[in-house]
Amino acid sequence: MMLRLAPVLIVTLLVGPILAGLVMAVLPAFGYLPVLGGTEFGLAPWRELFAQPGLARSVIVSFATGLVTTGVSLTVVLLFLAGMAGSRLDRWIRRLVSPLLSIPHAAAAFGLAFLIAPSGLLARLVSPGLTGWERPPDLLIVQDPWGLSLMAGMVIKEIPFLLLMSLAALPQLDPQRRVAMARSLGYRPTIAWMKTVAPALYPLIRLPVYAVIAYTSSVVDVALILGPTLPPVLSISVIEWFNDPDLERRYLASAGAILQLGVTAGALLTWWCLEKLTARLMACWIERGGRQRGERSLRLAGKGLILASTLTAFVGLGGLALNSVSGFWQFPAALPEGFTSIHWMRALPALAGPVTSTLTIAIGATFIALVLVLAALENEQRTGRQASKALWLLYLPLIVPQIAFLFGLVVIMESLGAGPRQWVVIFGHLLFVLPYVFLSLSEVYRRFDPRWSRLALSLGASRNGSFWRVRLPMLLAPILTAMAVGLAVSIGQYLPTQLLGAGRITTVTTEAVALASGGNRRVIGVWALVQATLPLFGFILAVGLPRLLWSNRRGMRGAP
Amino acid sequence: MNHRHHLELRHIRITLDDHCLVELDARVGPGEVLTVMGPSGSGKSTLLAFLAGFLSEAFDATGRVLLDGQDITPFPPEKRGMGLLFQDPLLFPHLSVAGNLRFGLPPASPDKAERVEQALAQIGLESFGDRDPDTLSGGQKARVALMRLLLSNPCAVLLDEPFSKLDTHLRHEMRQLVFDRLHDAGLPTLLVTHDHDDARDAGGQVIELS
Repeated sequence: MMLRLAPVLIVTLLVGPILAGLVMAVLPAFGYLPVLGGTEFGLAPWRELFAQPGLARSVIVSFATGLVTTGVSLTVVLLFLAGMAGSRLDRWIRRLVSPLLSIPHAAAAFGLAFLIAPSGLLARLVSPGLTGWERPPDLLIVQDPWGLSLMAGMVIKEIPFLLLMSLAALPQLDPQRRVAMARSLGYRPTIAWMKTVAPALYPLIRLPVYAVIAYTSSVVDVALILGPTLPPVLSISVIEWFNDPDLERRYLASAGAILQLGVTAGALLTWWCLEKLTARLMACWIERGGRQRGERSLRLAGKGLILASTLTAFVGLGGLALNSVSGFWQFPAALPEGFTSIHWMRALPALAGPVTSTLTIAIGATFIALVLVLAALENEQRTGRQASKALWLLYLPLIVPQIAFLFGLVVIMESLGAGPRQWVVIFGHLLFVLPYVFLSLSEVYRRFDPRWSRLALSLGASRNGSFWRVRLPMLLAPILTAMAVGLAVSIGQYLPTQLLGAGRITTVTTEAVALASGGNRRVIGVWALVQATLPLFGFILAVGLPRLLWSNRRGMRGAP
Repeated sequence: MNHRHHLELRHIRITLDDHCLVELDARVGPGEVLTVMGPSGSGKSTLLAFLAGFLSEAFDATGRVLLDGQDITPFPPEKRGMGLLFQDPLLFPHLSVAGNLRFGLPPASPDKAERVEQALAQIGLESFGDRDPDTLSGGQKARVALMRLLLSNPCAVLLDEPFSKLDTHLRHEMRQLVFDRLHDAGLPTLLVTHDHDDARDAGGQVIELS
């Protein structure tokens, strides 16, 4: 049976390349890379690495970005959930969370950059009235040396991710009952949520939180746009060494990749210690039994922070759109003097190729991922076994820094003679698409009322028939959503495309990020907007198609 | 539908962790109803799951189920010929009313459209074929579910408290309809319920589980 193979195939597909990639990064880091003539083990790459100027700073910024971004994002999400449960803002944000999540990191980063840069929208709005600036001030706001704008850019994107993960986990905790019980004991609602729901919620979203730490401490594309430059964050330095024409630098790059692995591991370990400490402090706070104090401030903080981050994301997108159609736009003017379509007309011929390859790769990776995930979940149903023990393996591609194993994969591909082909990139994307497709589909699939399949079988349908005729159509909406998530993940990928495609396969994401160094805002606006809208089409289809198909089926609305 | 079927339950014993849930030995003839009664948690659902072939591996079951003399215990659910009616009508929400009935028809049956039309007429739902099942009333849904079951040509029927969610005034009417139809079709039926009225209307042998 093909179905039986699915779980094994998934684990092999996820774990195999990562392990192989890591090995092929560790060996050159200690001087062993026969292709380049390195046949003896030694510590030379490490000596060279530690002699690099600014390394300590790079490491500290990477480490801090991981911890601060995650801490801030998680705090905002928890405060929002605690203070706003059931409010109008709550319903609004819930509706916005998926489109927010679908905006690629790079597009959100450009949006933020256009907003906060010295000549950005914010500065224009208050100039010269409040600031007296007639020319853009000479301030290093974007790409500041401590990575603050980098952290802000990541927070905007990680909040929707953690929020979605929390919203998915919350129903099994029955938060309304917990809060109602605490309120009957005299606790104010926000305090009640913090004291009764948050401690139970955290263990359920721990793995996504770790994934955020790993991602933010090793991010490349956002760091190229918002991150510091002299020195850059560690991951960027590693990429620069790897792309150096002097192939001898590959050893240095490999040592750097392993150091990145260590930095991420260090950040995870530190977080784990902080987690224990926070649990202690929370326990004291809960046991003290305070019912009122802090209610107002927690509530206001939750509301204000989520509004600020959501608004920033959307205003940023608006800024991209504005820039892409603006004509002459002198500094303190809040709006351009004229609008023009010339940037779009100029970019259109160049867009076709990258858009096509973006979609080919995204659809290819998503389709393979969907088939594997459905096969694995259906196998789970038929055998009645739960594959929960292997679940953490799904997070492996999300917790091991991309840069640490993608290098090794490139080395393997090169030695196998597989050039930068599209299927290699599709396979690389699959590593990151597969976990997200699985995570967004598994819960719905497992909760699907088993009586439907039993009924179909008892009416004489075969197991395959019951899958195609009952389960698949009834789960169409969540399956389409999972596909949209997969497409969005693939469209947003920068590093796998760049490395496995050896820079020769261009997608809208690699093009947009490559434009960052040029600094032409009009062109960046066009590309970043295209990058941001592509995943949105997926979500529009995922919402619209079931409505169209089931327009005459009331029982399929909002179900299951 | 004129075949005479009989169902035989031989020395059925279902245990969970060495704790015996159900012990049963019975024969159900053509058109007869065997009612199994008991409070919730008494193992009624477990018995149904065993007979239909959906018993979880956590349970240990011994004994044999014979349908028309053939031992069906090792068969997968779709090969057993056991029809099921649940508490809810469970009309497939993505299919039309006619689509639901057609789902019940075996793939090789001739004149499918015509048989579906006839079936709808028999339950007083002519011209309801294209309707969205969710727009039907509770009683209409229950009738479509019964018809779908009969069209699938089962050799025996398992009823899992099928009347418990109906309004009281509908309940008696539905019971009559279901039992008459099953009797006419000569189907041996096992009814699981905790409602004594169900047992009375069924009119057959009653077994109490504790």
